Amino acid sequence: MPQRNADDISRASPPVKVLRLLGRPALRALNAMGSVTLFMLDGLRHIFTTRRILGRTVRQIYVIGYQSLFVILLIGLFCGMVLGLQGYYTLVRFGSVGMLGSAVSLTMIRELGPVLTAIMLTGRAGSSMTAEIGVMRITDQIDALDVMDINSVAYLVSPRIVAALLSFPMLTAIFDVTGIFGGYLTGVCMLDINEGAYLYRIVSSVTMTDVAGGFLKALVFGLLVTTVCCHQGYKAHLRRDSVGPEAVGSATTSAVVISCVLILAADYVLTSILL
Amino acid sequence: MQAWDISFSKLKAGYGSHVVLTDVTAALPAGAVSVILGGSGCGKSTLLRQIIGLSKPLSGEVRVAGRDICTLPPAEFRRVRRRMGVLFQDGALLGALTLAQNVALPLTEHLNLPAEAVRAEAVRILGMVGLSDFADFYPNELSGGMRKRAGLARAIIAQPRILLCDEPTSGLDPITAARMDDLLLSMHRRFPEMTIVSVSHDLASLNRIADYVLVLRDGACVFAGTQDALRASDDPYLVRFLNRDGAGDDAAAGECAAPAVQASLDRWFAS
Ligand SMILES: Nc1ncnc2c1ncn2[C@@H]1O[C@H](COP(=O)(O)OP(=O)(O)OP(=O)(O)O)[C@@H](O)[C@H]1O
Ligand SMILES: [Mg+2]
Repeated sequence: MPQRNADDISRASPPVKVLRLLGRPALRALNAMGSVTLFMLDGLRHIFTTRRILGRTVRQIYVIGYQSLFVILLIGLFCGMVLGLQGYYTLVRFGSVGMLGSAVSLTMIRELGPVLTAIMLTGRAGSSMTAEIGVMRITDQIDALDVMDINSVAYLVSPRIVAALLSFPMLTAIFDVTGIFGGYLTGVCMLDINEGAYLYRIVSSVTMTDVAGGFLKALVFGLLVTTVCCHQGYKAHLRRDSVGPEAVGSATTSAVVISCVLILAADYVLTSILL
Repeated sequence: MQAWDISFSKLKAGYGSHVVLTDVTAALPAGAVSVILGGSGCGKSTLLRQIIGLSKPLSGEVRVAGRDICTLPPAEFRRVRRRMGVLFQDGALLGALTLAQNVALPLTEHLNLPAEAVRAEAVRILGMVGLSDFADFYPNELSGGMRKRAGLARAIIAQPRILLCDEPTSGLDPITAARMDDLLLSMHRRFPEMTIVSVSHDLASLNRIADYVLVLRDGACVFAGTQDALRASDDPYLVRFLNRDGAGDDAAAGECAAPAVQASLDRWFAS
């Protein structure tokens, strides 16, 4: 069968060849998207049908949320400090350093908070989800769950989705607040902007819509990252490029790459809807 | 309660385009201890996966208690599979749970029992496989043989009607292996209606436990019958298998390394 396909291609006319070359990856991508979507729906559905999801969710919140807290604080702080610095030297040219509070807080809340938090969590928590589930796959643990009549998606994926839906917005909020504090450190403490002006600008320019938009992004990113990372691990045994432990490794790499691309693509779509 | 039998007819199975089993037609009798024999990589684990319904056959059918498990509606299929206990080749214990939690998993997930009762039952079953002292250990803190025994404990806690064991004795020392066999036999005596299927290439284990033997070779079933029939068979492959005869195949070890390789190796050893 593969032999015949190869012959067909070499005999086909050039336009057909090009169509084939484009068509095959396109179909494959479509297939993969369908598979991820079904996987996500399955994971979401089982949130409501699984018994004892609470304990496993709490454990995952600990892993995704609590264990990432320190990194998020650190990155949020530096990010805000850099924003403060860059913002100051840009605004000073227009004589409007008083706007620094608005600049830092809006950038943080609308864009950097949700996106950087999601990317950090992909690297910290998403990759370990893929690795853990991938190892369970190649060592028959997922098959063992199925044999015990325990739905493996409900057992492994649903708690992680719930935990991500709770942790991503919370960590985003923490990231935003530390970022704004970082901006305060550079702006007020180092560059001598008036403290009242900095804080007043935040209060007057940030609206509830900005905050809600940021949370919406965090929720969507949480769902995307968890789905992609769990899916890559869950299907690690079906990879064509590698088998065994190597497949878990390459699944982890693809999970991180796909998640990051999806975060930025979804960010663009959401921003254009929200603005 | 009636025991369940397992039968295959014209079963063809594999992974993607890689066909492992070409044509298996055989039956494993109900309420007996059957052993599936065969060389490494001949598809024994693949056959077990077919019985459990973990992968679908390419063609042919697998019947459990007379019903084709591939065509059963999902709810019915789960009801059948719920009564199967499986010991995977490497134990397949969940790494994140202790032994007691692993063994108790079918109970905690499906029944509404108080936690102490579930734990007591798990420890009792662990005691049956000689691991009651290790209830709070994690799988990666145990040896391979202990993991296998724990896997068996998990397979039997939900009182299966069909117990499938993938190489329960391989990689175990002779005494532990014999204990594993005794465990299967005592399970068989206690639950005469339980159908036990064990995959093995361990001849000592075969002698001890098998009521019925199925031999796989080149993707097909080349023998199915009792132990006595197996010994009486004059099929050259079976005779070699039973006598552990590699047919004087000394070509592999007899060849010398290529001169260039040998010279380089010698230089390396001397350096
Ligand atoms: N997940 C898989 N994907 C592709 N091929 C596989 C997979 N698992 C096993 N195989 C192939 O199927 C064949 C049979 O494998 P199987 O595990 O059934 O052998 P086995 O008889 O259990 O061997 P062993 O005694 O070593 O456990 C092997 O050739 C192997 O390469
Ligand atoms: Mg095997």
